[in-house]
Amino acid sequence: MGFWNRGNQSKSSNTAKERLKFVLVHDRTDLSLEKLDQMKNEILGVISRYIEIDPDLVVIDIQHDGREQKLIADIPIKNPRRK
Amino acid sequence: MTGKTITITSGKGGVGKTTVTVNLAVGLGLRGKKVVCIDGDIGLRNMDVILGLENRIVYDIVDVVEGRCRLKQAMIRDKRLPDLFLVPASQTRDKNSVTPEDMIRLCDEIKTEYDYILIDSPAGIEQGFKNAIAPADQIIVVTNPEVSAVRDADRIIGLIEAEEKGPASLIINRMNSAMVNRGDMLTQDDVNELLAIDLIGLIPEDENVIVSTNKGTPIAFEGKTKAGRAFQNLAARVEGEAIPFNEIEEKMNFLDKVRKLFG
Ligand SMILES: Nc1ncnc2c1ncn2[C@@H]1O[C@H](COP(=O)(O)OP(=O)(O)O)[C@@H](O)[C@H]1O
Ligand SMILES: [Mg+2]
Repeated sequence: MGFWNRGNQSKSSNTAKERLKFVLVHDRTDLSLEKLDQMKNEILGVISRYIEIDPDLVVIDIQHDGREQKLIADIPIKNPRRK
Repeated sequence: MTGKTITITSGKGGVGKTTVTVNLAVGLGLRGKKVVCIDGDIGLRNMDVILGLENRIVYDIVDVVEGRCRLKQAMIRDKRLPDLFLVPASQTRDKNSVTPEDMIRLCDEIKTEYDYILIDSPAGIEQGFKNAIAPADQIIVVTNPEVSAVRDADRIIGLIEAEEKGPASLIINRMNSAMVNRGDMLTQDDVNELLAIDLIGLIPEDENVIVSTNKGTPIAFEGKTKAGRAFQNLAARVEGEAIPFNEIEEKMNFLDKVRKLFG
């Protein structure tokens, strides 16, 4: 971002774009934020039964690639403590 | 000859479908093409007044479908261009008077003699929309650079995909260059990124659109106006020409250009 665009963050078009990104993802997948959270928790529950993970480091999100929606998951595994 | 059927639709109402359809028709007509416009908004006839042909209507599309007249009798010739015609909507009947099959049959008949059929669809996702997209070879979605219009456009684009009529192309209408330049309006790049379909038209907000509508002379006849030129560019792109999308940028003043350079 250059000198001339200082304060671009406050431009209303940026707000519009960010809000639309969010709305479109949920419209397209027919998945509310609440449902998405519920799904994340269930996924984490299953994974935790097999490996140790830190729920705070987990990112599970819907992203779009063109008009396609993808569920992206980044789930770091905790280092097993070897004795 | 086998013509191409293009349906112009939108999610939200009032974004400029009828204006686009009429002016694209004039743009193609000015390029020497044989064009038939069909007003698909049954019950809310509008194309006749936008084209300035309201005094000449005898029969409408429902008369054709129900066999009260032949297709040619319902086609009103626009006297300003040699081969521009309108099939008007019925003002009194409801949308269910015409079925998707009727539309396909009608368009198949017109296609044998004309280059383009342009169908003006009603807004929304009901019967009128289904009628309008049934015969389409190509669908153009019109939107405005505003949150509600873009959101509704996305929904209609999804429906068009689901009907296996996609991919649709996009027209962004009523771009206000001053607002874009000060960051208060979604840009063409923003809308492109959000909707992710091919852009085919970029139409500036232009008071002349309303002036020309008042007179019944579509703005595309006036290539010197901003919107008129944009509609002529749209017609050229529909014909497969690669015209750069500079309809909005050109109005940038010096300071804005400097800003862009350093941005
Ligand atoms: N590019 C434009 N600049 C200024 N006014 C416009 C433009 N496009 C459309 N309008 C105006 O917006 C209104 C709605 O347009 P219309 O074509 O009837 O929309 P729709 O068919 O989608 O309901 C009309 O009054 C029209 O004159
Ligand atoms: Mg209309």
